Formats: sequence, structure tokens, C-alpha cells
Amino acid sequence: MLSGKHPMDSLIASDRIPANASGERLSIEQLWQLLDEVKDPEVPAISVVELGVVRSIEWQDDTLHVCVTPTYSGCPATELIEQMIQSALEQAGLRQFQLETRLAPAWTTDWITPAGREKLREFGIAPPQGSASKLSLMGHSEIIECPHCGSQQTEQVSEFGSTACKALYRCRDCLEPFDYFKCI
Amino acid sequence: MTQQEALQQYLLRLADSDMVLGQRLCELCGHAPALEEELALMNLGLDLIGQARNWYEYAAELEGKGNDADYLAFRRDAGEFRNLLLVEQPNGDYAMTMARQFFFDAWHYQTLQALVNSSDERIAQVAGKAIKEVTYHLRRSIEWMKRLGNGTEESHQRMEVAVEELWRFTGELIEADEVDLMMAEAGIGADPEAVKSAWKQMVTDVMTEATLTLQDENAWMHVGGKRGIHTEHLGFLLAEMQFLPRAYPDAVW
Ligand SMILES: [Zn+2]
Repeated sequence: MLSGKHPMDSLIASDRIPANASGERLSIEQLWQLLDEVKDPEVPAISVVELGVVRSIEWQDDTLHVCVTPTYSGCPATELIEQMIQSALEQAGLRQFQLETRLAPAWTTDWITPAGREKLREFGIAPPQGSASKLSLMGHSEIIECPHCGSQQTEQVSEFGSTACKALYRCRDCLEPFDYFKCI
Repeated sequence: MTQQEALQQYLLRLADSDMVLGQRLCELCGHAPALEEELALMNLGLDLIGQARNWYEYAAELEGKGNDADYLAFRRDAGEFRNLLLVEQPNGDYAMTMARQFFFDAWHYQTLQALVNSSDERIAQVAGKAIKEVTYHLRRSIEWMKRLGNGTEESHQRMEVAVEELWRFTGELIEADEVDLMMAEAGIGADPEAVKSAWKQMVTDVMTEATLTLQDENAWMHVGGKRGIHTEHLGFLLAEMQFLPRAYPDAVW
């Protein structure tokens, strides 16, 4: 099937979990920390916050609103990410919250945080280099650094890697293949 | 035709072309010539099916009959599909798969670029997302046109055959009909003249660089896909794509 149960701009309301014992509301800062524990299912080295798909968290009266922007139109992890966020909030004892999927402005790799980029590199994935706005249609002059040995002598094997968000590269120095998280 | 009806048709054309080409690409799962190509084609297909979903959801809302994206994709027959004839053509050899992709990507890219500025906010949003993905699709298919065109004698020959075979389906990409004109006039759709000249320019440039024979602009063209008149290939494609939801209605997992 094309979709899970919720279309674009859908709202998922949950009231299954009873209020936590103290009844105290988590601060926005605590909530960002909470969601920073939710890992991207495809690249578990990085959290959904570091990936930049969590766009906003705010209290509106007694309801928490979390806005999520999917990475790619056809990203199969989109619904899973939303479920993981939902269950993280439920486990933290949140009773009333709404998840909103927002398409515009479109997600860009510019939103991946500096910490996220570093974690990608440690994981063996070259982080996006430069700004997405400079993506050119013809030719690609950017130099992609090997995440294993730091060499700049690398070449593209394929425009698409294991997922749509990555391209496949090969290092001519250490000879290792690696994924490059491409600019979008 | 009211503007609302034209918009509905316009959305279905975008959605159906994405969906049908996505399905064609998925047929190559397990059959691509190399692992890297398999990964690329499946990701392309996934992008297109995701974009199709976004267009279908909007079309279903406008239609207001309580149908959803799944209904539009899986419960309509060939005569109700509005995709371009080009995208329903079989995969053939790899030259055929890539030539089809290039002709489509070049059109898709120009169209989406225009739709980013659509006066319809929802269309602009979906296009804004899709254009980023399609830029990569087009970059890749341009590379393949050059690679096969300038490759060995055999790859060049096969690409020549592919281009010649598919050319008669390209007229539909750039010939405007009533729906296209109404949408352009309303500021909702792409300006057909602008898409046409940009598409022609890009095709000429890439094919020249790929040392491929430029085809006759005034050649006779197959049309009809945008009105629901299809080649025999679409029915077979839909039979496979729609089998499960039709055999087990409302199945979920
Ligand atoms: Zn290296």
C-alpha cells in the first residue's frame, strides 16, 4: 500500500497513557533531549533531532505539538520514525500530544546538526559537504573526503547508495567503499 | 471543463506517471545488471512512488468522494489512468530503461521547477520536495546517456535503437492540451511552451554530447495517455501492480 494510516498534515492524537505520577510537565529543553534519544532507523548513529527531521516541539495548552518533516518523498522510514517518536513520548509518560507531518519547507541536509555530521563520519558515512542550494545539475565538482582515512582521492561509484539519501563512493587511497550522505 | 476538473486531471497525470514509472523500475528488483544499478533504480522507484502518493492524496481530497491514495493507485482501470505513454513502455535492455528515464526526467525536472512557483500552495509544497529528488534522477540519467552513447560500439548502437524506439512517445510530454493550458493560465500548472523549449534544448544538448543521432522534431507521435488511451502494456503492468489490493480488498499490514 502507498501509505500507512495517516496522510500529509495528519495529526496523531494519543491519550492511552495515564499522566505520570508527579504530573509535572517536561520542559521543552527536556523534550528535545528526549527525542535526541530516538535514533534514525536507517542510520542509527544519528538521532532524529540531529538529522533535522524534528522541526518544532511546543506546548499548546496541555497538548504537546511535535512537527516532523520527512527526508524524502518515498522514504520508507518516515512512518517508522513517527512511531518511534510517539512511543518515546508515551514512555516518558506524556498523555496528550499531536504529531504533525509537514512537507514545506522541504527537508534539506543543511539541517543536519554539526554533532550529527561528526557522528555520521564516525559511523563511516561521509557527511554532506557544502550547501544544498549549490547543488548543480550538470557535473559535480565537490571533493568528498573518505570517512575512513580522510583522503580526498575518492570517486563516485553510483549516484544512489543503500538508501536514496546516500551516494556510493570509493576511496582510491585506502580502497574502501563508503556511503556519502548527499546534499539535498 | 471547470478549473476544478482540470486540476483533478492535472494531478492524476503527475501521480499516474510517477506511479507507473515507479512500478516499471521496481520490476527490475533482482534483475538489474549490477548491484549499484539495482540500488539506484530501487531508490528512484521509491522516490517516484512517494511523490505519487503526495499527488494522489491531494487529488483524493479534491475529489471529495472519500477515496484515498491507495484507491486511486490500486482500484482504477487502465482507461482511468492519465500517465504519459512513455513511462508505461517496457524496460527492454538497459539502454531502453535509461533512455526512457532520461526523456522523462528531463520533462519531470522542467515541470517541477515550474510547479515550485505554482499559485496552488499544496502543489508548490509537493513539487518543492520532489524537485530535490528529481535533480539527482536527471543527473544520473544524463550520465548514462553519455556513458552508453560514448561507450562501446555495441552500447552506442543499443542506445541509438532505444532513442529511435522511444522517440514517438515523447511528443505527449511537450504538447499542451486543454488541461495543460487551463492550468497554466490559472498560474497553477507549468507553462507548456517554457517546458517544451527547455526540454528540447536539454535533449539536444545531451544527445549531441552522447554522439547520438538527433531525432526528427516533426515525427509522427503517439498520444492519448493523458486522456486515458494507452498502449497495450499498461494493462499488464496494472494487473501485476493491483493484484493484491484487488484480490484481498482492504488488506493491511
Ligand atoms: Zn580512504
